[in-house]
Amino acid sequence: MYVAVKGGEAAIDNAHRLLAHERRGDPSVPELSVTQVSEQLGLLVDRVMTEGSLYDRALAALALKQARGDLIEAVFLVRAFRTTLPRFGYSQPVDTARMEIRRRISATYKDLPGGQVLGPTFDYTHRLLDFMLEANGEPPQPPAEADAGAAEGDMPRVTDLLDAEGLIEPSSASDCDTVGDLTREPLTFPADRDLRLQALARGDEGFILALGYSTQRGYGRTHPFVSEVRVGEVAVELVPEEIGFAVPLGRLTVTECQMVNQFKGSAATPPQFTRGYGLVFGQSERKAMAMSLVDRSLRARELGEDAVAPAQDEEFVLSHADNLQATGFVEHLKLPHYVDFQAELDLVRRMRAEHEANHPYPLSEAAE
Amino acid sequence: MTAQSATHTAPETGYNFAYLDEQTKRMIRRAILKAIAVPGYQVPFASREMPMPYGWGTGGVQVTASILGPDDVLKVIDQGSDDTTNAVSIRKFFKRTAGVRTTTRTGEATVIQTRHRIPEQPLGEGQVIVYQVPIPEPLRFLEPRETETRKLHALAEYGLMHVKLYEDIARHGHIATTYAYPVEVAGRYIMDPSPTPKFDNPKMHMMAGLQLFGAGREKRIYAIPPYTQVRSLDFEDHPFRIQTFSHPCALCAAEGVYLDEVVMDDRGGRMFVCSDTDSCEERREQGHRGAMLADTPAALKGESSHV
Repeated sequence: MYVAVKGGEAAIDNAHRLLAHERRGDPSVPELSVTQVSEQLGLLVDRVMTEGSLYDRALAALALKQARGDLIEAVFLVRAFRTTLPRFGYSQPVDTARMEIRRRISATYKDLPGGQVLGPTFDYTHRLLDFMLEANGEPPQPPAEADAGAAEGDMPRVTDLLDAEGLIEPSSASDCDTVGDLTREPLTFPADRDLRLQALARGDEGFILALGYSTQRGYGRTHPFVSEVRVGEVAVELVPEEIGFAVPLGRLTVTECQMVNQFKGSAATPPQFTRGYGLVFGQSERKAMAMSLVDRSLRARELGEDAVAPAQDEEFVLSHADNLQATGFVEHLKLPHYVDFQAELDLVRRMRAEHEANHPYPLSEAAE
Repeated sequence: MTAQSATHTAPETGYNFAYLDEQTKRMIRRAILKAIAVPGYQVPFASREMPMPYGWGTGGVQVTASILGPDDVLKVIDQGSDDTTNAVSIRKFFKRTAGVRTTTRTGEATVIQTRHRIPEQPLGEGQVIVYQVPIPEPLRFLEPRETETRKLHALAEYGLMHVKLYEDIARHGHIATTYAYPVEVAGRYIMDPSPTPKFDNPKMHMMAGLQLFGAGREKRIYAIPPYTQVRSLDFEDHPFRIQTFSHPCALCAAEGVYLDEVVMDDRGGRMFVCSDTDSCEERREQGHRGAMLADTPAALKGESSHV
């Protein structure tokens, strides 16, 4: 019995002991190390970092191990830890134009300065189960020399090339003057783009993916082109007040997607492409692309479009994108509700009694 | 609520007293003060991510953590009981992070965190009851948009709610809301009392204690100061009525209290016992005996050790 009785504390403790036992699995199988998780399940670690809003591979890997691989539970552990961390400052905006590129592709140009860099990708793999992996086969061949290091030379962002021609709306620096933080201030509507992007970056990948997909199927179509997806390392810099110049804090691996969407002019402005933006920790092109689709859709108000589809409705999207909020509230239904249920029982019984008093014969007989 | 020093160290090392850092507590206390100043108004606050799930009392926990001092005595109930799993878990959390004294006795507590019930014993001055709130917006299921509902509150435009209650009467002959029954606070804001049964609504009216409501996921805090008018919405020809039970409590023979129905077997056997387990135990200690006290399993009687 899980409620109402004395001794709930012992029951909870025992349940948690059992959980720890189940987490370990068969003790004759070697235990998974946190390093193994971060090295060999790297994309999962990336996702926990992104949705957990905390860039720390080791912590994310530990969370995954502790959560038995339950992704949202791991995000939960990371977020609950993150909330206790002091804020000692805000970094300078990272400059993705100076990214050390591992992968960079554009769907809008066949070739462009810096070239197309495939890098590590599942794209064009044939999804055939590799039974050699199961048999712990030989280590894979070392990567080809030319691909091993970061791509050489200048790698301007494709949107900057369009911008130089005035073909795309400018992305003004004033956008990042004061950046909001929805983990420190309550989100209010209408929300500005900085907060929307933060919510989307932290949002559940599945939810954002489905919403982005819905825009492609006509629910708020935006005619998107992937101007560029790039994955690589960027430097994070901080300006400590007492020093007065930027000092490097470290490096992050990020995935950035710049979506270029159909233009619309007005009497005052000539037609221009518009932007959708996605940025996530680690390598997750799916999330970055879906995010940029939804970002663009959520700009409906700003661009004077009719908001008719779910992906254009910021209250709907932002209120439901967070998987911790969603899972908490869905799963809270497991908590006892018998006080309210009692109230409903009482009402249903009373209404049934009234119904019987008013209809002494069953309806089927009355109809005959 | 007692004053506390920021330097107090928590029993759980590595965390501040009562888990939250002092800056966060200050932010929450400001929201609480505003909420007390505008009774029934939902104050947005920067709800933190807590080490328990959203929807499991994070709002109540943040409010409690912000008002708790080292000399406070904490009681936590869920469904009226001190021993439901989530109440146990939250009590344990504060034992661990704040090291405060806990109790199951309503009279002894200075802070009572609750989900879904108000204790049967009236609260006195100096006591604070903290409600866990899942959906703070009473108009939410009539209007899903926050931008709209905030406007409706600002204009005191509550026609929607009255129409909803009227439609209940037209369809069922009476108002079919049995819990989270909307109230009007201090003649101004319509407020969701959290999913307490409407049986508890009259206790909110002119309560001597301070009532605080915390909704973590929805990031709202609201309050009813002591001795405030709280009116359950109704119509002249359909006055508000609370639930009544045809039996007294099977364990302590209490009448006029909220009862839980316990299914005894699969042949229709039922017993009705106090939802407020502390009140029930106190009555039994005073010698009140219900009809089924003798043949009740020990577990249900609550006779094993106190937690």
